[in-house]
Amino acid sequence: MGGFDSPPMKSDVRLRDDVEQRIRAAGGSISTGPDGRLQARIRDAGIRPLADRLGTLGLEVQLVAAADTRETSGDFTLAYVFAPPTLAPAVTLLVPIAAEQPEFPSLATRSFAASRFEREIRDLFGLLPSEHPDPRRLALHQFWPEDYHPLRRDTPARSDFVDRGQPFPFRRVEGEGVFEITVGPVHAGIIEPGHFRFSVEGESILRLETRLGFVHKGTEKLFETLPFERTWALAERVSGDTTVGHALAYCEALEALAGCRVPPRAARLRVVLLELERLWNHVGDVGMIVNDTGFAFGHAHCFRLREELFRLNERVTGHRLLRGAVVPGGVAGPIVKADVTRAARQVERLVGEFLDVARLCLDNSMVLERLQGTGRLTTKTAREMQVVGLPARASGIDVDTRRDAGLAPYAEFDVRAAVHHEGDVWARTMVRIDEARESARLIALAATKSPHGPAASALGTLAPNAHALGIVEAWRGPVVYWVLTDAAGRLTRVKVSDPSFRNWPALEYAVLGNIVPDFPLCNKSFNLSYSGADL
Amino acid sequence: MIHDLLIAAAQALAIAALAPLVVGFTRRLKARLVGRRGPSPWQPYADLRKLFAKEVVVSENASWVFRATPYVLFAVMLVAAAVVPVLVARPAPAFAGNLILVMYLFLLGTFFLALAGLDTASAFGGMGSSREVAISALAEPTVILSVFALALRSGTIDLGGIVERLGAEPRLAANPAHLLAFGAFFIVMLAETGRLPVDNPATHLELTMIHEAMVLEYSGRYLALVEWASAMKLTLFMTLLANLFLPWGLPGGLTVAAMAGGLVALVVKLAALALLLALVETSVAKLRLFRVPELLAGSFALALLSVAAVFLVR
Repeated sequence: MGGFDSPPMKSDVRLRDDVEQRIRAAGGSISTGPDGRLQARIRDAGIRPLADRLGTLGLEVQLVAAADTRETSGDFTLAYVFAPPTLAPAVTLLVPIAAEQPEFPSLATRSFAASRFEREIRDLFGLLPSEHPDPRRLALHQFWPEDYHPLRRDTPARSDFVDRGQPFPFRRVEGEGVFEITVGPVHAGIIEPGHFRFSVEGESILRLETRLGFVHKGTEKLFETLPFERTWALAERVSGDTTVGHALAYCEALEALAGCRVPPRAARLRVVLLELERLWNHVGDVGMIVNDTGFAFGHAHCFRLREELFRLNERVTGHRLLRGAVVPGGVAGPIVKADVTRAARQVERLVGEFLDVARLCLDNSMVLERLQGTGRLTTKTAREMQVVGLPARASGIDVDTRRDAGLAPYAEFDVRAAVHHEGDVWARTMVRIDEARESARLIALAATKSPHGPAASALGTLAPNAHALGIVEAWRGPVVYWVLTDAAGRLTRVKVSDPSFRNWPALEYAVLGNIVPDFPLCNKSFNLSYSGADL
Repeated sequence: MIHDLLIAAAQALAIAALAPLVVGFTRRLKARLVGRRGPSPWQPYADLRKLFAKEVVVSENASWVFRATPYVLFAVMLVAAAVVPVLVARPAPAFAGNLILVMYLFLLGTFFLALAGLDTASAFGGMGSSREVAISALAEPTVILSVFALALRSGTIDLGGIVERLGAEPRLAANPAHLLAFGAFFIVMLAETGRLPVDNPATHLELTMIHEAMVLEYSGRYLALVEWASAMKLTLFMTLLANLFLPWGLPGGLTVAAMAGGLVALVVKLAALALLLALVETSVAKLRLFRVPELLAGSFALALLSVAAVFLVR
């Protein structure tokens, strides 16, 4: 069981041809976008049958984003990204939505991910997904006015919100001896707001509902209003622990739109940065998971190692969380002159120590007993809920976009995806440990293969009326950016998709049948971002 | 009479004064064992001082039970400290059956704490109370049984008598039955005082808490009293362990010098037990809640074996 699985057979070219054929049959006009991926335009009536036909090819909805394009075309625009779980090949479909009749056919019954993106669009843009089975809010808290849709371009900023005392309609579990335990939105630790409502019978969890959306920050709107040169710093801050993942996905979309080629040296240094980020997060997470079993030894040493990784980050980039290193066109700051080979040697030593600590923890049968069988997410559930990234790999879904999407620097490194099949807390811990080992290998490879040459090329201007995707396998899973420009080549819409948004509902299923005191352990093994979900 | 009261007061004072240090010292040892520097062992005194100076916030829905519980807890611990062998083998208020009294004093505290947990109607308090009561019910028979094994061996049920008898005849203690009873009593101490692997005193996760969940709603001087009382409970359990199972250095006489000697012996034994506690807590993980009864059943079996061994191993 587990370990590294061989990559799946690739027949991307044939699949791509089939996809093109079906889109043409549905009356869509097809082209290759600036990011090299397929793009098409169709009418909204055609989206359901096309979704079904793409579904037979294994392509699912991976992203639905709305854009307020009334200034240019008079209509709203919906963007659907269809792709297999590997995210390659991906096709972006643009569908115009008439401003007079802001409604679109819902794909909620076909795709779980779509159902969530559509609820988000209804809250933020006021476009109605028709026949959506879940009419409840998702992205905005109850005290936001009904007719206030913050991402429409003509929506002014407001601060006169009042709590009208409307509770969120949680589903009630009834029966003898069934109690509700409410946790949050304010928690005991230093974490962001989120509400967990447990329905329990004794200590057993019958149902869990998570409610986020307490802090809509207007992050996506900020991309449209901030000066362009500050937008990549914004991307770095979407989710504080995924600096490089977000910045890189955003920069890749921008570089595609500008037709900018990243120099080989910068591409390699970006691998080093992304893997350094994966490392400190995985090391810290293993410490937190072990700490939730009460085994203080693992926690103390994982956090010591995480601190050393932070200091290494600071030496290499000037920032403990690697901020400021990824810029459109390449990399910038101290990383340009940093001794990457020496950093790689230090990483190797730290990861060696980490593996020792992890082994000591997992050799303790009491720790193991707490991890195994806890919070199991079956492969079937994971597939149906379209879980992505690390939890997907722990549930036996062999996906890793570093390997599958064939992005430039990773293609030559032959990335080994860490896949485990148990789907429990133990499997998610093991994926982290395996990936930490793999990160050290990739950093060493990228450091030794680093060629000389420039560390960045000029971005140039963005193509007008164009759109592109940026996809990066960050430590939690794939971060996806969809960027749309207007006639002058300015940003009209930046859609951010953090893997947390996709994976939060899976936690509700993973805890079913577990006992209440094991919830923190399940939660920690997913370690999802609140900030990445509440944009 | 005055003399007797002074001895009782000295015992209560010693436990109250030593308790924060026992907790602080154990924390420091645990930190050292995992490679951290850890806070000063005197930190709990500073925490108590801080809490006593802080404002008390009480839920509007709380009844008198919630306000009375901290005082009940603290009083219970003081009385318990006065009647068991702490500094001397036979403090004046001691009597045959003081063991039974002490066990039910502890349970009285647990009872009030469980009520206080329910009183504010917070979800966490109720959860903590239900868990605590379940664990207490399972732990109680083991305490009685393991001390009963010692009582059989020394032919008296009075704790003072047991201590004197074992002190006079150390050979009685060098016996497998004695060790079994020690193991049983130690495990019960972990359960009763909210230590690993039953409860994690260091966690901030409400959903996993037992003892801490019941006291979440307390603040200010109430919290100080509750914290102090639970430190005293741990210290009392450790003192009982020390004096019942390693009954050396406990003076029979009632002079000031003898009591000072008793205090020194107690501190040494407490330090050794704190080290043992820290070692155990560092090498285990917290049990899944539903496994706790298995652990307590195990400790009950140890106690039962110890009683049986009294008759078998003569």
